[in-house]
Amino acid sequence: MKKIAIAFAATAAMIVSFGASAEAAGKTKACFIYVGSHTDGGWSQAHDMGRLAVEKEFGGKVETAFLENVAEGPDSERAIERMARSGCSIVFTTSFGFMDSTVAVAKKFPKVKFEHATGFKASDNLATYNSRFYEGRYINGQIAGKMSKKGIAGYIATFPVPEVVMGINAFEQGAKSVNPNFKMKVIWINTWFDPGKEADAAKALIDQGVDVLTQHTDTTAPMQVAEQRGVYAFGQSSDMIKAGPKVQLTAIEDTWGPYYIKRVKAVMDGTWKSEQSFDGLAAGNLTMAPFTNMPDDVKKMAEDTEAKIKSGELAPFTGPINKQDGTPWLKAGEKADDGTLLGMNFYVEGIDDKLPK
Amino acid sequence: MTFFEAVLLTIITASTPLVIAAIGELVTERAGVLNLGVEGMVIIGSVSAFAAAQLSGSAYIGLLAGVAGGALFSLLFSFLTLTLVANQVATGLALTIMGLGASGMIGESYVSVPGIRLLPIEIPLLSQIPYIGTVLFKQDIVFYLSILLVVAVNWFLFRSRAGLKLRAIGDSHSSAHALGIGVIRTRYLAVMFGGACAGLAGAQLSLIYTPQWTENMSGGRGWIALALVVFASWRPWRILAGGYLFGAVTILQLHAQAFGIGVPAQFLSMLPYAATVVVLIIISQNRRMTLINTPASLGKSFVPDR
Repeated sequence: MKKIAIAFAATAAMIVSFGASAEAAGKTKACFIYVGSHTDGGWSQAHDMGRLAVEKEFGGKVETAFLENVAEGPDSERAIERMARSGCSIVFTTSFGFMDSTVAVAKKFPKVKFEHATGFKASDNLATYNSRFYEGRYINGQIAGKMSKKGIAGYIATFPVPEVVMGINAFEQGAKSVNPNFKMKVIWINTWFDPGKEADAAKALIDQGVDVLTQHTDTTAPMQVAEQRGVYAFGQSSDMIKAGPKVQLTAIEDTWGPYYIKRVKAVMDGTWKSEQSFDGLAAGNLTMAPFTNMPDDVKKMAEDTEAKIKSGELAPFTGPINKQDGTPWLKAGEKADDGTLLGMNFYVEGIDDKLPK
Repeated sequence: MTFFEAVLLTIITASTPLVIAAIGELVTERAGVLNLGVEGMVIIGSVSAFAAAQLSGSAYIGLLAGVAGGALFSLLFSFLTLTLVANQVATGLALTIMGLGASGMIGESYVSVPGIRLLPIEIPLLSQIPYIGTVLFKQDIVFYLSILLVVAVNWFLFRSRAGLKLRAIGDSHSSAHALGIGVIRTRYLAVMFGGACAGLAGAQLSLIYTPQWTENMSGGRGWIALALVVFASWRPWRILAGGYLFGAVTILQLHAQAFGIGVPAQFLSMLPYAATVVVLIIISQNRRMTLINTPASLGKSFVPDR
C-alpha cells in the first residue's frame, strides 16, 4: 500500500513534468494500469514488457507512464481518471476487473483513447483487446495427452470467468485429440495471485494422482511443487523454466509489445478507431516457450499443431464437441464463434468438476 | 508416502506459519498491546529471510534474518506506541501497509529468482514409526520450533514469575506500575517477541512453504493469525488447535474439489472462515470465561503518572 502511495506520488510528480513536456513537444503519451506489480513475474510484467517495447520502438517520440498494484473494482476509477487527466493520449487498462471503471472514465474524457484488456464493453473511444490464449492451451493439452501416463491432468483455476472456462475446455480438447479418455481435475482457488494457496492446490492435485499440472494463476509456486514432486507442468504468462527446469514442458508467453506498438502508432497517425481485437498465435500476441523435457515425436507434434493453428488450418474448438453432460454443442466440422468463446460458461465432455456459477 | 501422510504433511505446512505468528501476537496481547501489524511483520520476515538466504547461500542464515527482520521492524511499532504513546490500532495498520510496501521494494531484485529450500531434519528411530513417523519426525526445524514455542509460551505465561508479571501488566498496567513492575520495558520485549515470531512465520513462507519471493506473498496470513488469538481466547494450546483446524479445513476443501464431490467451489473456499465463526460463537457462549482470559488493558496506552 505504501508502495502504491509512493507510486502515486511519484506518478503524480511525473505527470506534472511529463504532462507539461508532452504537450509542449506535441508528444504522444501512452499510459498503463496494472493490477499487480510490474515485476510480478507473470501477467502484469508481461504488459510492462509491452510498454518497454513501445518506448524502444518510438524512442523519444512517445512518453509512457504506469500505475501498478491498482485494485480491481470501483477503486480503480480514481487511478484511471488520474492517468486520463495527466495528459495521456491513450490509456491501457490491463485487467478484467477494470472494465466498468474504464467505461466510466472513458465517458468523462471523450478525447482520450482507452483500451481495456480481456473485457467486452466498448464505445467510440474505448477499444477492447484480448489474446487467444486458448490456442496455446490446446497445444498444452495435446502435449499433456501424450506425456501423461495416467491420462489425468490437474488444472489450478482462479475465478469462473469465460477466459478461464475457455482455457480449461481448450486444454481438454487438446488432450482428447490424442487420448479420447483423457480426464481433468479442477481446483478453484479464487485468486490470481497467492503463492501459498497455489502450492496447496498443486499438492492436493498431485496427491490425488494427476501426473501433469497446469495453472491459470500467476506465480511460479505450482511449478516449484511440480519440480519437487517430479510431475510435468506448464508455465503461465511467462517462461517458468527457472522454477521447473526438469518438468516444464512449455509455457504460454504473453507478448503484448506488437499490439501496443500498433495501437500507439495509430494514435500518432490519427487513425485510431475503437476495435475489438482478438488475436492469437498468428499475430504473435502469444508465443510458446521452447518445448522441453519431452521426446522428439511429441515435440514434433506440438510444433505441427502450432503451425496449423497459425495458418488457420486448425481451430481448437471444432466439432463434434459435446458439453459436459453429453448434449451436443458443435456438429462435426462446425467451428465455435468468438461470441460463444468470450462468454463461455459451460464445460466440454471429460472434465471431472462441477462448474461454479 | 501414502495419501494420508501426504495430506497431513500439506496441512502441517499450511498451519505452521499461522501457529507461529499467532503465538507471538498472543504474548504481545497478553502484555496489553494490540499490534495489528502482524501481516506487515510477516512479509518483512519473508523478504529478509529470502534475501539473506540468497546472499549467504544458507537457508538457516535466512531463517535467522527473518526472525531478526520481524523483531527489528516491530521496534518501530514499540517506539511509536510505547514511547511516543501513539494510537495502537492506527500504528499497527500503518505497520502492515508499510511492511507490504517496503518488502516489495527490498525484494524487487529477487522476483523470479529460484529460492533456497530449508530441508527437513529426520529424527532417528522416531521417524520410523508407521503412519505418523514421516509426518511428525521428518520435518523442517520451523515445525519443531512451532510446537516448542506453544509449550514454552504456555509454561512462561502460567508457570513462571515473569509470565505472571506480564499478565499483570496486560490486565492493569497502572496497578503493575504501582507495584514497581517495568511496564514499558516488559511491553517492549513482548512486542519484540511478537515481531520475532511473525518474522519466523514469514521466513517459513519464503524458505519452506513456497521457496521464492513474490510481492504480497503473505496473502493475509498475518490477519488470520490475529483472528486466531481471539479465537483461542488468549490461551496458547487453543492457538495450536485453531491453527490446525483452519489449516486442515483449507487443505481438505481443495481435496474435496479435486475429488469432484459436486459442492460449489465458492462454498468450499468459504469453509475455513465459516468454521472459525462457528467456533467463535460457541466459545463466546461462556462470557465469564472469555472475560477472564481477555487482557483488560488490551490496546490502551500507558503513560506513567509519576
